[in-house]
Amino acid sequence: MSTLPQMPKSWRLESKPHKFCPGCGHGLVLKALGEAIDELGIQDKVAFGCDIGCSLLAWDFFNVDTVQTHHGRTTPVMTGVKRANPDVICIAYMGDGGGYAIGSQHLVNAAARNEKITAILVNNCNYAMTGGQMAPTTLPGMKTETTPYGRDVEQSGYPTQGPEMVAAITRDGAYVARGTIANLKQLKSYLKKALENQLAGNGFSFVEALASCPTNWRTNAKDTWAFVEQEMPKYFKVGELKNPAEKGDE
Amino acid sequence: MSEKPIQGEKRVFMTGNEVVAWAALAAKADIMYGYPITPQNEIMHYWTRMAPKFGRKFLQTEDELSAGFTTLGGVLSGRKAFTATAGPGNTLMQEPLSMAEMMRIPSVVVIQQRGGPSTATVIYSQQEVTMTTFGGNGEGFRIVYSTSTHQELFDYTIKAFNTAWKYRFPTFVLADGYQAKMRESLKIYDPEEKGVKLIQPEATIGKPAVNGVKEPVHVRNTYNTEEELFEVLTGYMEDYQKCAPEVTEYQEFDCDDADIVVVSHGVVARAAKVAVQELRQEGLKAGFFRPVTLRPFPADQLRSVADKTKTLLFVESAFGQMAKLAKESIFGSTVNVETLYKPGVGITSEEIVAKVKGVL
Repeated sequence: MSTLPQMPKSWRLESKPHKFCPGCGHGLVLKALGEAIDELGIQDKVAFGCDIGCSLLAWDFFNVDTVQTHHGRTTPVMTGVKRANPDVICIAYMGDGGGYAIGSQHLVNAAARNEKITAILVNNCNYAMTGGQMAPTTLPGMKTETTPYGRDVEQSGYPTQGPEMVAAITRDGAYVARGTIANLKQLKSYLKKALENQLAGNGFSFVEALASCPTNWRTNAKDTWAFVEQEMPKYFKVGELKNPAEKGDE
Repeated sequence: MSEKPIQGEKRVFMTGNEVVAWAALAAKADIMYGYPITPQNEIMHYWTRMAPKFGRKFLQTEDELSAGFTTLGGVLSGRKAFTATAGPGNTLMQEPLSMAEMMRIPSVVVIQQRGGPSTATVIYSQQEVTMTTFGGNGEGFRIVYSTSTHQELFDYTIKAFNTAWKYRFPTFVLADGYQAKMRESLKIYDPEEKGVKLIQPEATIGKPAVNGVKEPVHVRNTYNTEEELFEVLTGYMEDYQKCAPEVTEYQEFDCDDADIVVVSHGVVARAAKVAVQELRQEGLKAGFFRPVTLRPFPADQLRSVADKTKTLLFVESAFGQMAKLAKESIFGSTVNVETLYKPGVGITSEEIVAKVKGVL
């Protein structure tokens, strides 16, 4: 009898253990995503696109077709794939910098065009791969390498609320939610619904996942978890913002 | 739905942008991704009118970054995808095209050069040579055709798809605002009826399972170690150098006994051709050399011209961007060099004739 923890079938065993830091939230988001892919039985039809930043470490994470792109450009690459071959189930996986800063025009316009792809954005409140700079999602007062005295909202504005923005600019058919690694079961259900929304051909689907970054937060396990579980949801409300499956066309 | 956009061969009179749209249709391009910028807009205008009739697609993106990256997505899924741009749009296009270089994505881009730097003019220039041949943070693993006539715009747009998919280097058709907007006569044709074999595209991602088994692919442009990158790029350079002699194209005439050889490319080469013919009629020993591929550059061919003539006259609508490529290819030669540079401005045969007479 195996005592190893269960890995999703769609994970690529050869690339495990994965390359993310200990305590990083990416592994949990990708576990939830892997299980969602398994449960929907779509492994052979998925194309997974990843961004630059920590998300690029997922370039060989799954046993699915994978393309690693440039910073912020995963959304247009996967849009290009989907437009050219609608049979492919396209997942654009990115961080908060990729989605809300350098690639924000792509996220906004893909959402506005209701591209039939699934975008997953990992929000860990900082640019992690480059050493912990302020991200669009850095919380007010939060210390980073470029806000050593804390994020000053007078100077840097307030954190981007991505799902709220995407929900505001999308019309019928879009699925929008914010989950958290603190509630994996819920996160998995959101990811699954986001993929189902693409499978149904309804429109754009977007899930933000609140995730941990103990390396750059410089937090121990207890403080890391407290930040994810208690601090982040105060500003970033967890829940579904749009679900075409639950309400009819307005 | 009619299967072939062009039946047989037809004599037409149209603008260069329209020619490009017809050529892409004839080359069996599946999808265009585009963003408006002058002077290439009418490529999209004609494509969006004609493409649906032949089951082809179009996506208007939010900017040239997106037009470039969606094009790469289309190519990765095994479709003949292309885009077109100019000037500042070409600047943005360098980011996706550097990814195409690194991942050997056979993308096709049509450039209609406009004045630069920056916004400059929407009209004309030859100032995007450096950027189109060596743009991005890369090594210039690209193929660049500089067209001169509408017939060439048609021929080389078709050829660009074959070249890109055969060698898997991003391929450019480099024209300009004059060629884009000017109307002239040419023959459009179905390439296959003329015996031009069109290369079948192949999917990288989204390939269906074979016998129930799906072999996933993982493609990337990031590398962990210096040695890993070095090995990849060394292989690319070998591939590039190997294909260069097959890809390189040029034109020359009257060079063997010439005292001066006019070196020019693109639409300027038309003026140079007339100038050289006129000079010869007057008994002056002028010659003509034109690189058709700016990358790879016909270096050996120009070198042998430089070895037998006294003077090379570089003529271009830029401050020596083609000349930079040319001079590198004749490094060490003692040939005299003269220049006629008019950045962002057209050049007439009269100006070239006058310049040559001033030099001789």
